Amino acid sequence: MERDKHFILGVYDDEDVLLHAVKDVRSSGVKIHEVYSPYPVHGLDEELGYKRSRLPIAAFLFGLLGTSLALTMQFYMMKFDWPMIIGGKDYAAFPDFIPVTFEMTVLLASFGMVGVFMVTSNLKPWAKPRIFDLRSTDDKHIMAIDIANNSSMEQDKIREVLRSSGASEVNDKSFDE
Amino acid sequence: MAHDVQNYNLDQKFEFTPALKKPIMTVLVIGAVLLGIGIVMAMMGGGHEEAAGEAGGHAFHWYERVFANLWINNIYFAGIAIIGVFFFAIQYAAQAGWSAPIIRVMLSLGNWLPYAAILTIVTFFVANHDLFHWTHSYLFDKSSPEYDSIIDGKGAFFYWPMEKGTFPVFYIARMVIFFGFWVFFFNKLKSMSYAEDGITDNSQWFKIRSWSAFFIIFFAVSSSIAAWDWVMSIDTHWFSTLFGWYVFSSWFVAGLSAMTLLTIFLKGLGYLEMVNENHVHDLGKFVFGFTIFWTYLWFSQFLLIYYANIPEESVYFLERLSSDVYGPFIFVNILVNFVLPFLVLMTRDSKRHGVFLKLVCSLIIAGHWVDFFLMVQPGTLGHNGGVGLIEVGMFLLYGSVVTLVVLSGLSKGNLIPKNHPMLEESYHHHI
Repeated sequence: MERDKHFILGVYDDEDVLLHAVKDVRSSGVKIHEVYSPYPVHGLDEELGYKRSRLPIAAFLFGLLGTSLALTMQFYMMKFDWPMIIGGKDYAAFPDFIPVTFEMTVLLASFGMVGVFMVTSNLKPWAKPRIFDLRSTDDKHIMAIDIANNSSMEQDKIREVLRSSGASEVNDKSFDE
Repeated sequence: MAHDVQNYNLDQKFEFTPALKKPIMTVLVIGAVLLGIGIVMAMMGGGHEEAAGEAGGHAFHWYERVFANLWINNIYFAGIAIIGVFFFAIQYAAQAGWSAPIIRVMLSLGNWLPYAAILTIVTFFVANHDLFHWTHSYLFDKSSPEYDSIIDGKGAFFYWPMEKGTFPVFYIARMVIFFGFWVFFFNKLKSMSYAEDGITDNSQWFKIRSWSAFFIIFFAVSSSIAAWDWVMSIDTHWFSTLFGWYVFSSWFVAGLSAMTLLTIFLKGLGYLEMVNENHVHDLGKFVFGFTIFWTYLWFSQFLLIYYANIPEESVYFLERLSSDVYGPFIFVNILVNFVLPFLVLMTRDSKRHGVFLKLVCSLIIAGHWVDFFLMVQPGTLGHNGGVGLIEVGMFLLYGSVVTLVVLSGLSKGNLIPKNHPMLEESYHHHI
């Protein structure tokens, strides 16, 4: 899949300015590609109009998988594969299974959640991350506007919107691939 | 971010109007009527059981069941009341900001404490032989055929410095000291919190924080010992090392549910307009989290006893699980206090909307009553116990009286601590 190459970047110094800018830029009809900040900015997700993460659903399903795997495994082992009497209890002594079931549930829920997160965030080891502006790891908030995604709008108009929203700089950024 | 100017009415007072009292009084009357019918039925039906009981060497009287119920509700509602004070103290010790508008709602649960103290002490003096096996003096008499060396070994914990089998000085002293200090700390924290309304600097907040820290230390010790004294000593032979925590966690979940219900109820009446779904969400998370904490302790206690299978330990669960009367309630206990809140309150939305919380919190308050029912009745009544009209009536009666006392206490002062230094922070609480 070919990725878009040409972006306009708005550089913001202050998170409060950024939050208002996101609102203004979106209401002027410009579609924001992504905002990069050095630290999590509270409320940014909502201003960007992001939907709530569906990661908890994945966690629940993986947890359910862990529960059923653990119970199946223990029932199979203790009742059919190699029945053992432990502490004078039945072969299939359900209370004994709870600690292992709990651990498996937590393990699969957390591993599953991490895995799903990495896949959906494209965090694979061979991924080539795009650095829009190195200062977004230091003290600047970078708002990236995808030109191809805003083809209905003049590029100068976009720059003007960014500037009037409080950006301290407006830069262009292109990637080779 | 929208930093709108907030214009909340900080001087609002909760008005306990007759229209609000009416439904509570209705529940009270229903409870009293059920209790009355239950007692009359037990008195009339008691004749047969008494005859059968006498043949077995132990006569069962209808009033024993009333005493056991009094004890369940005394301990349960005293716990909910002290949890209100405890959670208030936690907010200060943790320097929590989010909870600033609702700390007085938490504290108001403590209004029941003085009544709980009197009721518990009076009930003990009236019903000690019917509730606590260890109060019988023949257990400590070596010449008696009923001499019990195990209880004799534990006797000093109740009777010191008096002779075993006489008057339980140490036990009564603990009860009086615990209730005395709890009521003292409640009054101290309450008066300091209300005194804050008249001053403008933060000095009062620091004072309350210090007192809260002292209270938490005292409560950490006293809640555990209270649980051994008031609940565990019913099954005198048996012991569990995490029982103090177990009773505390049961109280804590019920108390958190009561606070959450009270907050949602006040919001529904139009008070506490600064409390939004974010605050409710936090309360919901506390209920959800400590539900699991309670289950963890319940299961830890059960699993170790079940697995080790030492007779003097497993008798506690055998008495309950193999009983026709109590067996089903073990599962009711787990279903209502764990499975249901766990599944219903798991999602974010259900913790942010009052409907689910109202349902779950009400069920939890009833569910933890069942928990205390299972702790008290098998050891006091044996197979003569159960959930009947006396139980339901007494629970409704206590519940409505506690609600009346708590709400009328809440209506006496300002609802919101208007000079709390973190009030502004809590307006912007956002999760």
